[in-house]
Amino acid sequence: MFYREAGDFKTSYAADGQTFPIAFDRWRYMIVVAIGFLAIPLFITEYMANAVLIPFLIWSVIAIGLNILTGYCGQVSLGTGGFMAVGAYACYKFMTGLDVWYVSACEGGANLFFLCTGVATYSVLFELPEFNIAFSVLMGGLTTAAVGLLFGLPSLRIKGFYLAVATLAAQFFLVWLFNKWSWAYNYSASGQINAPTRELLGFEITGPTATAEVKYLFCLTILFLMAWLARNLTRGRLGRSWMAIRDMDIAAEIIGVNPLKAKLSAFAVSSFFVGVGGALFFSVYLGAVEVGEAFGIQKSFLALFMIIIGGLGSIFGSFAGAAFIVLMPVLLKNIMVGGFGWPTDIAAHFEFIILGGLIIFFLIVEPHGLAALWRTLKEKLRLWPFPH
Amino acid sequence: MSLDSSQTMTTPDGRTIGGVVMEMKHITLRFGGVVAIKDISFDIREGEIRAIIGPNGAGKSSMLNVINGFYHPQEGEVWFEGKRRKPMKPHEIAHQGIARTFQNIALFKGMTTLDNIMTGRFTRMKAPWWQQAIWAGPAEREEVANREVVEKIIDFLEIQAIRKTPVGRLPYGLQKRVELGRALGAEPRLLLLDEPMAGMNVEEKEDMSRFILDVNDEFGTTIALIEHDMGVVMDISDRVVVMDYGAKIGDGTPDEVRNNPAVIDAYLGVAHD
Ligand SMILES: Nc1ncnc2c1ncn2[C@@H]1O[C@H](COP(=O)(O)OP(=O)(O)O)[C@@H](O)[C@H]1O
Ligand SMILES: [Mg+2]
Repeated sequence: MFYREAGDFKTSYAADGQTFPIAFDRWRYMIVVAIGFLAIPLFITEYMANAVLIPFLIWSVIAIGLNILTGYCGQVSLGTGGFMAVGAYACYKFMTGLDVWYVSACEGGANLFFLCTGVATYSVLFELPEFNIAFSVLMGGLTTAAVGLLFGLPSLRIKGFYLAVATLAAQFFLVWLFNKWSWAYNYSASGQINAPTRELLGFEITGPTATAEVKYLFCLTILFLMAWLARNLTRGRLGRSWMAIRDMDIAAEIIGVNPLKAKLSAFAVSSFFVGVGGALFFSVYLGAVEVGEAFGIQKSFLALFMIIIGGLGSIFGSFAGAAFIVLMPVLLKNIMVGGFGWPTDIAAHFEFIILGGLIIFFLIVEPHGLAALWRTLKEKLRLWPFPH
Repeated sequence: MSLDSSQTMTTPDGRTIGGVVMEMKHITLRFGGVVAIKDISFDIREGEIRAIIGPNGAGKSSMLNVINGFYHPQEGEVWFEGKRRKPMKPHEIAHQGIARTFQNIALFKGMTTLDNIMTGRFTRMKAPWWQQAIWAGPAEREEVANREVVEKIIDFLEIQAIRKTPVGRLPYGLQKRVELGRALGAEPRLLLLDEPMAGMNVEEKEDMSRFILDVNDEFGTTIALIEHDMGVVMDISDRVVVMDYGAKIGDGTPDEVRNNPAVIDAYLGVAHD
């Protein structure tokens, strides 16, 4: 009887509708938050932060985002990597002073709304100031929301497998775009983008000299806010309209849900999360990015694996999946390379085999992922030590 | 019986029903070569229980689909609350106060009973998305106020015990009841029920009949329902439309319909001369 719901009566619907209706869960949540914000920064190391904690926090934001679209609204996306790239490049532009150009002279052609049909000479119309990192990350998210909305349009016509293929096209298009579009990487010769040092409240968040605990706390704060937003959205009217579309779109329509609004809002909100994640991935975690390498199709699959293993339609599952996918390679490497002394390339192969096996396992045995296993465990704990 | 559209009328069992809420005028609906509905006209009056009966494939479900906007008839007019309705999407029609259940249950399987009915209140909730996102005061108050209505519906349908059960796990009869609850969540002006008792045993049918009568009685909800069980139809409905092969072959009180030779034909296959 470790875990109990009995005796925990609610006297109002507000109390019953809260995020953690059971006192025990509420306590556990507060303790986890306190450890995250107060205890971990005291003994965080560079290795812990870069290998485990920061990627976990950022991937959690991304997994929540994809879960909103796929788990809550039922729209499969293979474009996560591309949307992360949009967040990263938009963030980069806002960090480094976004420049807007115009056609100052147009020879041998007509100048139609800034579009020259002849030989054009461009000049800078204006340049925005270099924004602080929090605002840049926010703009990364908002830009991605707009792009996501655009690529969500096909979902009004096509479903399931075909939609997945359409989002795959978005993935390849966006990576191609950021490879070719020199404006996006500020015309650098390498085609890479590098995060300059940027501060918030006097602390360096990005750049080579930013410290592990500051970067960690910045990501943790953003994740905390984003998870809170996601939780609120998914338990309210908008979230119910997403789930209604996911479960039975015809019935959703007859209770008044406009499928267009529900699907596009899911795309926009989801992309906002993924964009913020992509912006952090570039600016705080990697620091330097080459688009094909950092935001390729593998990232789309990784995010999808996270929500399948963690649990579709569950915020907690998004955390669990992100933790699992980030931690597993680190653990396996430590065991196989450090413990058994195997060569790293063999260990890497095993990593793939284990990941693949787990995905098949979850798809067949527990489609609701770690979140469902956790629920089952709680049910068992409630009865323990009596079997029934 | 001649009816004036704005006048009330009294049924043989002494119930008063109001003016015309919805009127179908010369509706014809075709699917390629198949004529699902052939030039049908009928009305639905305030506060009545209006049954649509007929053999399988008669076009009854298609008629409900015309009413709530899934199908757009090639000919004919739909009048609602005294106005001719222009072609609308189903979700727009929902906002006009028309709710329904389906012949094959169409619940949100991944959601609990509570969430299903709460989702049914979609048209009744107004807080903008950004207020929901930060769970601002008005959004939270709206959520709580609507939860109270949902709890009343749960009590009314006697499904307190399955409040937090995902509906996919419920037995068939209870799923039908939850689907009724979801439609009631909208507090509809007009409630359409497509075979609410199909596949139920006698006891479940009795329960469902009682709920339908109570909804009509306590909330004054106007109901149009499709049903196969003639006994049930005769018991609970005020007026009956009979369809066969897409055409209307009878319209009137249960007694009138029961004695209509064309109806007897369609149901019993007895030849007349
Ligand atoms: N979406 C559709 N496409 C083609 N034919 C349809 C469609 N819906 C209904 N029909 C046809 O219309 C006729 C009436 O069907 P329906 O309204 O479901 O009958 P009922 O509900 O009275 O059993 C049937 O012949 C059916 O095959
Ligand atoms: Mg039918």
